[in-house]
Amino acid sequence: MFETYLHTMILILDSTVRLSTPLLLACLAGLYSERSGIVDIGLEGKMLGAAFGAGAVGYMTGNAWLGLLAGIGVSIFLALLHGFASITNRGNQIVSGVAINFLAAGLTALLGQSWFRQGGRTPPLPKEGRFQDIELPFAEQLETVPVIGPIYSELLSGHNILVYLAFAAVPLTWWILFRTRFGLRLRAVGENPAAVDTAGISVVWLRYRAVIACGILCGVAGSYLSIAQSSGFIKDMTAGRGFIALAALIFAKWKPGNAMLACLLFGFLDAVAIRLQGQEIPGIGDVPVQFFQALPYILTVILLAGFIGKAIPPKASGVPYLKERT
Amino acid sequence: MSAGQLPRWVDFGLIPALNLIAAFFVSGLVVLLIGENPLEAVEILLWGSLGYGEGIGFTLFNATSFIFTGLAVAVAFHAGLFNIGGEGQAYVGGLGVAFACLALDQYVPWWITLPFAVAGGALFGAAWAFIPAWLQATRGSHIVITTIMFNFIGAALMGYLLVDVVAKPGSMQPETRTFEDGGRLPLLDNLIPGDFFGTSQVNLSLVIALICCFLVWALIWRTRLGYEIRTFGANPTAAVYAGISPVRITIVTMLISGALAGLMAINEIMGAQHRLILEFVAGYGFVGIAVALMGRAHPVGIVLAAILFGMLYQGGAELSFEKPAITRDMIIVIQGLVILFAGALEYMFRPSLVQLFSFAGAPAGQGE
Repeated sequence: MFETYLHTMILILDSTVRLSTPLLLACLAGLYSERSGIVDIGLEGKMLGAAFGAGAVGYMTGNAWLGLLAGIGVSIFLALLHGFASITNRGNQIVSGVAINFLAAGLTALLGQSWFRQGGRTPPLPKEGRFQDIELPFAEQLETVPVIGPIYSELLSGHNILVYLAFAAVPLTWWILFRTRFGLRLRAVGENPAAVDTAGISVVWLRYRAVIACGILCGVAGSYLSIAQSSGFIKDMTAGRGFIALAALIFAKWKPGNAMLACLLFGFLDAVAIRLQGQEIPGIGDVPVQFFQALPYILTVILLAGFIGKAIPPKASGVPYLKERT
Repeated sequence: MSAGQLPRWVDFGLIPALNLIAAFFVSGLVVLLIGENPLEAVEILLWGSLGYGEGIGFTLFNATSFIFTGLAVAVAFHAGLFNIGGEGQAYVGGLGVAFACLALDQYVPWWITLPFAVAGGALFGAAWAFIPAWLQATRGSHIVITTIMFNFIGAALMGYLLVDVVAKPGSMQPETRTFEDGGRLPLLDNLIPGDFFGTSQVNLSLVIALICCFLVWALIWRTRLGYEIRTFGANPTAAVYAGISPVRITIVTMLISGALAGLMAINEIMGAQHRLILEFVAGYGFVGIAVALMGRAHPVGIVLAAILFGMLYQGGAELSFEKPAITRDMIIVIQGLVILFAGALEYMFRPSLVQLFSFAGAPAGQGE
């Protein structure tokens, strides 16, 4: 009995890790941008663009690394567009984010159809065009050890490199933001750009570096979807994940460690929803699958309303910085 | 004319026109990129949307929905609120319209059902906007984020309701039963002599949309509430000193905004589909943002922008039929570019124009 429960639990947690990875990468991406004071609701678009770029190049070259590079390239381009609109031109950051989401949704479908003629999807990728699962050392030998065995060999081992990369990015992001000079300045520019400017540091260049960091991470997130989790790009394959990542970012109160926990929670909800589809929960009965889908958004709304703690964004976020001229 | 100031016609005419031209220019490059001729594409697009009666009818049908969602975004703009939740509000509004039609369609003619359907759509749309508004006004949560979240919550809610609750009995389709004649708006084609609009679905809700335009104009520029909304939007701090309650203005404005978004369902549900279906809003709520931006949040501008987007949708459909390489996704690209240039890069051309005008204006000035 215990063995079956453990096994089910490990299967759910295993898919939790897989489903959390793109959320986590996109969430950390948003973290850099928003900590520097640039609100980013274009995470979805950047992920989608990256997924397409990675899928297309991965298919054409048969090289997963080149695919990843292409995905990151597309995402950085979109991030720079956002930066150009909201940093250089001091445009409305929300409007710019909406525009990027539209552009990515339209262009990926249009170019996908025009290049591959398969209804906006790329053909299935060859094996070398995808990131394969990695077996950690001794995974096979330890499999029979009770409890620890399955946890190590099923849950921790057997993911692709991007999964490990995503989770490694959490402490790295924490270190960059809270232990380096760049991080200190990045956080300062999101709270009080005028002070940073007075100290003789370029607000514009700092913010551009932040959106580029955001572009890189979103690029990995999107590439994960098309060349690691599945074998090819499908039209609209991000399916709202960028917005879930945004919700997770708020839920995490703009902190890297919390971001990981929030993304794991949202990934877990997703995994449970898939698992429970058409099944009854003992004692509660039939819970509609839509409830689990909506739960991350509902939780975020409740958090934002201050009913469970308070989410306070960086003070200068969403406000274009204008050096006063007389 | 002081430094950095431009004549009104430049601010309200030339700059939006330049932004639009830039958006269409880049769209043309995209068409070139996929190996088609942009000029030919424009020709097909114009002919498809304006060249014959049926095309005009479909253009106006699309424009009707865009007027509603555009007005919704615009009203909120005036109060400095960014209502990005038109999508969800229109979707839930559809539920209100459908309830009215389902309850009455078998017993009364359409003109008795209509007021109830309008009330239902407005009420449900407003209700869906109320929670984000209330949370922003009293709990300080940001309206943009909450309305985004409410779009997704609304989609999940409607998905659940359509599949499990209000679905047609004995059917696996996620939709309500089809309304009888009492739940259908007359098509404009049936109201005017001749067969001008053909099979297009343009219906009486176009008239309702235009009435709403007038009402919004009167509200914003001719009433006390409108003055308060604009004052609050221009300077919230000053508005509070003037005795305007931020809580009241935020909530009332968002209720009006949500109601207008909800009315979009009249056109789709009661005018065209004659039943509540999944995903009937199909992004029209988001297009409202582009319409409001391009129309500079003024009803006249919104009508013009809505017709332009109506043309894009109808002409785009024709285009994808004639040129299979240019799929309907091209419309989404154009929308994205319009939002980018008319909204986010609004001021890109301004500095050079200011320079140009101060240069041109200097000799004619007072010789300073």
